[in-house]
Amino acid sequence: MAIVSRGFKGRGRSSDPDLPPGQYLVTDFPVLSAGPTPRVDLRRWQLKLVTETGDTQTWDWPALQALPREDITVDLHCVTKWSKLGTRWTGISLDTLLDGITTAAGFALVGSYGGYTTNLPLADLRDGQAWIAFSYEGGDLDPEHGGPARLLVPHLYLWKSAKWVNEIRLQEQDTQGFWESVGYHNYGDPWQEQRYWGD
Amino acid sequence: MTQSRLDGNALAGNLSEIFRVDITAAFGQCTHCKNGGPVAETWVFSSAAGMVARCPVCAEVVLRLVRDTGRAWLDLSGLDCLQIAIPDDPPPA
Amino acid sequence: MARAAVLGRLTWRVATVVAVRPENARAVTIVLDVPGWPGHLAGQHVDLRLTAEDGYQTQRSYSVASAPDGDQVELTVVEVDDGEVSEYLTTTVAAGDQLEVRGPVGGWFVWRPDAPGPFRPVMLVAGGSGLVPLMAMIRVRAESAAKAPFRLVYSVRDTGSLLYREELDRLSRKDGGLHVTFAFTRTAPPGSAWRAGRITARLLAEAGWPSVDEPDVFVCGPTGFVESAANLLVDLGHDPQRIRTERFGSPGGRP
Repeated sequence: MAIVSRGFKGRGRSSDPDLPPGQYLVTDFPVLSAGPTPRVDLRRWQLKLVTETGDTQTWDWPALQALPREDITVDLHCVTKWSKLGTRWTGISLDTLLDGITTAAGFALVGSYGGYTTNLPLADLRDGQAWIAFSYEGGDLDPEHGGPARLLVPHLYLWKSAKWVNEIRLQEQDTQGFWESVGYHNYGDPWQEQRYWGD
Repeated sequence: MTQSRLDGNALAGNLSEIFRVDITAAFGQCTHCKNGGPVAETWVFSSAAGMVARCPVCAEVVLRLVRDTGRAWLDLSGLDCLQIAIPDDPPPA
Repeated sequence: MARAAVLGRLTWRVATVVAVRPENARAVTIVLDVPGWPGHLAGQHVDLRLTAEDGYQTQRSYSVASAPDGDQVELTVVEVDDGEVSEYLTTTVAAGDQLEVRGPVGGWFVWRPDAPGPFRPVMLVAGGSGLVPLMAMIRVRAESAAKAPFRLVYSVRDTGSLLYREELDRLSRKDGGLHVTFAFTRTAPPGSAWRAGRITARLLAEAGWPSVDEPDVFVCGPTGFVESAANLLVDLGHDPQRIRTERFGSPGGRP
């Protein structure tokens, strides 16, 4: 059992009955990364959606911006225990991107500039649960936080919300992404505290 | 930004829970580009719940370490091997 | 190949604060008593863990500042803006308090006074709080019999940010084998021969060892500083294999 250091409080945080188990509230927005921040030129930015048969749909930045967008307010829960409530984003719903796509796939592997990957069931990207977000709190999404655009899937731990997203690959078999293959839980539901394998 | 990057010295504490000898001074060969050097000179990005070490030449991942209470996961698949100095017993008098 | 450093106990142990000494307006040295401390090499560091009453826990790494001295270990901490741990350590912690430490760890960025092989001069390049592990090397050298000559280039914002000023002055006067150059990046003291500004090849060439002397070089500080300094040293002809580096994410300790 760790000893308590007298007088150590740490940065402002509180627990809130509305938070998932084990989380505490923060007011800042910590930056956590598995690699250098990619710098992506908007003139070359692309998002690819690839089905299990290899059919590919690609959006460049103007094409993404032309799609109907949504302003959303969501709570973020990071596996490192901080939560940030009521964050405001603007993005394109995955329902919009998947509209008209024919697929029998049950899973998605999401990829990013810089090589990061994460996996989740396709069902978790549908029905108003996920967005390609490019604006945070009324401004352009900062590269440190995943800009120009990131995936946002707030009902799962934040590592599933891949920063610098550039590909969504639909698959019939599930494949573990970057953190899922080295201990992080395959699904990651914060309300069931699914942080690591076997949780 | 470069300020967010540390080096392999930052792995020493967590690796000390797993290995009996210091691994940061060990020499590793990157699986991707075949360049080699001490683990201490890799680029380390710390995510609080996981550490990632990248080859300082090609930036590919050479090591990943995740720590939960009571267990850790270590992936060394980005290294072909490690050359580790092990203190030998002194020769008999 | 370098001898491996044998590590201390694998788990966290309780350290009791013996004293807290101010080093400057934003930095303190914390003297810890760590029962059973196995000793350490100059350049090694510890991980420090703090737990709040509600169970919140966080860790940072700090270089050991002192030469080995039984169970006593000294850490120098510089306050970082918005740093929850450095703020606690520089303003709240007091004699009698308890912290947890793990270590010593780190076997690469170390200097041994008795290293086998040909005699080599040593060059130390410090950026801000990067001086701390290099000061451990200077202190170990001061206590050792055979003294490799040391040259320290210490880059710091202004005189108010200096660490260990008096001790560095005293040690460099003592035996002539330690030469210290202060390089001020913001405000140089009046009359200083060095203009304020970032570290340059000229500064390293004049204040350090010529590359033909093949010194062992240790560079420590924030990542940007270390990378600039290391590149300049290589440009000056120093063998990259004789340059060892340690990057701090932010002044005062690595999160």
